[in-house]
Amino acid sequence: MAIPSEIPTTFLLGRLDWHAIPQDPIVWATGVVVAIGGAGLLWILHKYRLWSYLWNEWFTSVDHKKIGIMYIVLALIMFVRGFADAIMMRLQQAIAFNGSEGYLNAHHYDQIFSAHGVIMIFFVAMPFVTGLMNYVVPLQIGARDVSFPFLNNFSFWMTVGGAVLTMMSLFVGEFAQTGWLAFPPLSGLGYSPYVGVDYYIWGLQVAGVGTTLSGINLLVTIIKMRAPGMTMMRMPIFTWTSLCTNILIVASFPVLTATLVLLTLDRYVGTNFFTNDLGGNAMMYVNLIWIWGHPEVYILILPLFGVYSEVVATFTGKRLFGYTSMVYATVCITILSYLVWLHHFFTMGSGASVNSFFGITTMIISVPTGAKIFNWLFTMYRSRIRFELPMMWTVAFMLTFVIGGMTGVLLAVPPADFVLHNSLFLIAHFHNVIIGGVLFGLFAAVYYWWPKAFGFRLDPWWGKVSFWFWVVGFWVAFAPLYVLGLMGVTRRMRVFDDPSLQIWFIIAAFGAVLIAIGIAAMFIQFGVSIMRRDQLRDETGDPWNGRTLEWATSSPPPAYNFAFTPVSHGLDTWWDMKRFGQTRPRAAYVPIHMPKNTGAGVIIAGFATVCGFALVWYIWWLAALSFAGVVIASILHTFNYARDYHIPAAEVRATEEARDRQLASAGA
Amino acid sequence: MTYLRKRLLWLLPFLALPGCKPVVLSPSGDIAARQADLLVQSTLLMLIIIIPVMALTVWFAWRYRANNSKASYDPDWDHSTKLELVIWAIPLLIIVSLGALTWVGTHLLDPYRPLDRISAEKPIEAAEPLQVQVVAMDWKWLFIYPEQGVATVNQMAVPVDRPVEFTLTSTSVMNAFYIPAMAGMIYAMPGMQTTLHGVFNHPGEYQGLASHYSGAGFSGMRFKAVALDDAGFDDWIAQAAAGGETLDRGRYLELEKPSENVAPMTFAEVDPQLFSRVVNMCVEENRMCMAEMMAYDAQGGLGLPGIANVAALADDDAPGTARPVLGLPPFQVSGICSVEELNQMLAASAPSGVEEPRDLSPMRGRGLAAPQGFFSPHLNPNRLTQSLPQDGAEQNL
Repeated sequence: MAIPSEIPTTFLLGRLDWHAIPQDPIVWATGVVVAIGGAGLLWILHKYRLWSYLWNEWFTSVDHKKIGIMYIVLALIMFVRGFADAIMMRLQQAIAFNGSEGYLNAHHYDQIFSAHGVIMIFFVAMPFVTGLMNYVVPLQIGARDVSFPFLNNFSFWMTVGGAVLTMMSLFVGEFAQTGWLAFPPLSGLGYSPYVGVDYYIWGLQVAGVGTTLSGINLLVTIIKMRAPGMTMMRMPIFTWTSLCTNILIVASFPVLTATLVLLTLDRYVGTNFFTNDLGGNAMMYVNLIWIWGHPEVYILILPLFGVYSEVVATFTGKRLFGYTSMVYATVCITILSYLVWLHHFFTMGSGASVNSFFGITTMIISVPTGAKIFNWLFTMYRSRIRFELPMMWTVAFMLTFVIGGMTGVLLAVPPADFVLHNSLFLIAHFHNVIIGGVLFGLFAAVYYWWPKAFGFRLDPWWGKVSFWFWVVGFWVAFAPLYVLGLMGVTRRMRVFDDPSLQIWFIIAAFGAVLIAIGIAAMFIQFGVSIMRRDQLRDETGDPWNGRTLEWATSSPPPAYNFAFTPVSHGLDTWWDMKRFGQTRPRAAYVPIHMPKNTGAGVIIAGFATVCGFALVWYIWWLAALSFAGVVIASILHTFNYARDYHIPAAEVRATEEARDRQLASAGA
Repeated sequence: MTYLRKRLLWLLPFLALPGCKPVVLSPSGDIAARQADLLVQSTLLMLIIIIPVMALTVWFAWRYRANNSKASYDPDWDHSTKLELVIWAIPLLIIVSLGALTWVGTHLLDPYRPLDRISAEKPIEAAEPLQVQVVAMDWKWLFIYPEQGVATVNQMAVPVDRPVEFTLTSTSVMNAFYIPAMAGMIYAMPGMQTTLHGVFNHPGEYQGLASHYSGAGFSGMRFKAVALDDAGFDDWIAQAAAGGETLDRGRYLELEKPSENVAPMTFAEVDPQLFSRVVNMCVEENRMCMAEMMAYDAQGGLGLPGIANVAALADDDAPGTARPVLGLPPFQVSGICSVEELNQMLAASAPSGVEEPRDLSPMRGRGLAAPQGFFSPHLNPNRLTQSLPQDGAEQNL
């Protein structure tokens, strides 16, 4: 456990030596399980000769749909890891009473809560949201792909690279023990001398490149590639929220990158941006990181507001109430999200006027958010609501999120924040909005668009099991934290001395078990649905009687999405097409110009990941070589002129005619 | 408002459970009580809109379910200017009220603001607030009572109904000081000083804690905050003063080393300058205090000779020091104690070839000549910084 403060570095391996193997039976056991699972997976891939399929059809794909799915697969894998961390924390806090140290030492426990936050935000919520936007946005705007298909593939693999570095820290070295935002001076070299914070930095920097590029990509896609006739105010609301999210990404992620660069300089070359000595100031880091961090929470939630809007309009069979005010509310939130960052540290002592300003700007955000809630509510008014799974999640969201919103506004009142900041009340609040808002929305989105992506629906029975366990489990897990917060219990505690608190932690742990059952039910649901896919098949491409263009395609859509670019004459383009009985053109197919798959994204991101690893461990020769690899591979990629191809008209015709037959057999 | 608070206590069923002490909602100090009042007021204000929204959600979801053919269906109704005005206006009105409440409350309960009352019933008396200096260390709390001249670790006592002015800093990393029963929390940050005003209205023993994660020993960084009557407080101070140990700079540096779950300690005497040295990060010998450094910098700085004014760290495995892999070893800026020392330093670093200082006026930031080109051969104005002040010239440091 004890890591010496000075580890000698060698040329060949830097500071990588036997200390890097965690001296912790829990980690060893995890390592054994992962190794067995990994070996099993490799064996299956080998046995069924899936390598070339995976490489050719998925890893090198520039198809926005496949990349979107890969993002979501990554998010689900990382979700399991992040949730395992959560369960471990709940268990530790439930038993560490009456002099018991629990089962986790500080070194391990502090890594777990740091990793939980980092993984859940950067490698679950972000890839999930990005994957969703990737899949849905081009279809909704009637495009064949994103603006920069290669960049899309590269962005995905950079995100994977960041996730790989973060996961690697579990078995090689350690992860940061600083909390998910790594505030200096604690994250400085002086107080975190080993590799934990370096893994954090390079993991986020590698993934951050991916996020920023994908933000640019989707932004340009939405601005430039909309179908003819689709003016800004005719865009589906999910596309609108995606646009705002990507504006936020492009404007805020560079701040994160720059902040982490400064922290890197402090740690590697001894500059003093955030140190205590020589003019450094840690408050600057706190400000900078939250200038990124607050928009980040809107990056996560805005697309899900879009999802709820789509779901509500579809399952109520009604136009979305107040589309225009919905758009303006989204834009308001986008702008306001930059004016509130200081509410994360009222207790730093900025003074009453500064605190009031940021408190009030924060409250103002609740006005457009409230308007959105009302818009969904009045979409439900005088409608015919079909309670399919996406709609169930949406109603659960509306009931859960308003509570989270209320506690959020409460925390925005500085005097109240002074007694609730850093408390478990705060933890309960942001899980209330992130689970109740972001995650519920992601589940609604998965249930909603799954038939589109895979051509069959998800089994509703297991979905309902999952739904109820999740929603009840959420409240059982987090309501006690609200109570504990009001009892003055703060976050990140490893042991407790007041035995009267224990019962609440036990209830919370029980809630986490309910959530675990909900998660298990969801994976069972995926398995069951895949096995029963023939009964659940969606032949029409429009299983929910949808309103937007993605439902005009077959399920799953062909590689080219639309044989002919659709023309939009108003909001809810597909709804209008159905209403006016428009049919797809069935003749005069032309070859379709498409981007070609390339392995360059995997290769460049692979080099970048190796470079990150080498920098974490001070292996300079490897860092230099892999960085050279990034540069050379990027240059070589620019000489690749075989970037595109045409899908022959005959093939388009064959695909479209197959679709006609499918539609005819479905009786459409 | 205490009435309202009590009503809320009664309303929330979970608070009736045994073993639940919602200290945040029923504190023992006036500041925390007013913060709790504001918390309750804001909640009630928001419930005006939250409850109808939740009720409407459930009602609409039930009423307009697909198989309820009795409900009306209006698929093309998607806009109503009046309704939209209402749904923007109601939240806005609530936020305007809440914003006003916030503005006033934030200013009234600003931790830097001296108390304006002891409690709702008791106006403030002439008595000056009790001064308590607080240092967040790895991983314990140091309390210095400058007026009483004693110091304690991980225990704190104050008289009931006497305002307390905490002055806080930290030795190593960021932390937050929180006594939930007394007043809201405030950060304690190294090299910086924050202030918190509070008061206890009821005698008793309360929990105090670190509420900003600060590393491995964070969980054990707790202390008992005791509110005593005046006689009890005097006894407590006398007891602390009876201990005999002195907290001077040397003892402080020893204390500063990381330790976990530290049992309470007392110090009968304290170096009166200690807290100010902690804030200025110059407890170690021969280290320039931050205030001094800032004073030099405000006047243009020491210039190039300043580069020579550094020394290896006195204790190079002191907490918070590590050599960056690609950079210089950590160093400290030496304190300049006398003009002689300054002269010595300047003499030691004067590069050869600078015999005749050209300008004998002291260096001032705003008096600096514009920087010359990077490659220009004559850097004359820069020599100013390498020149000695003439004998008798005013020492501007």
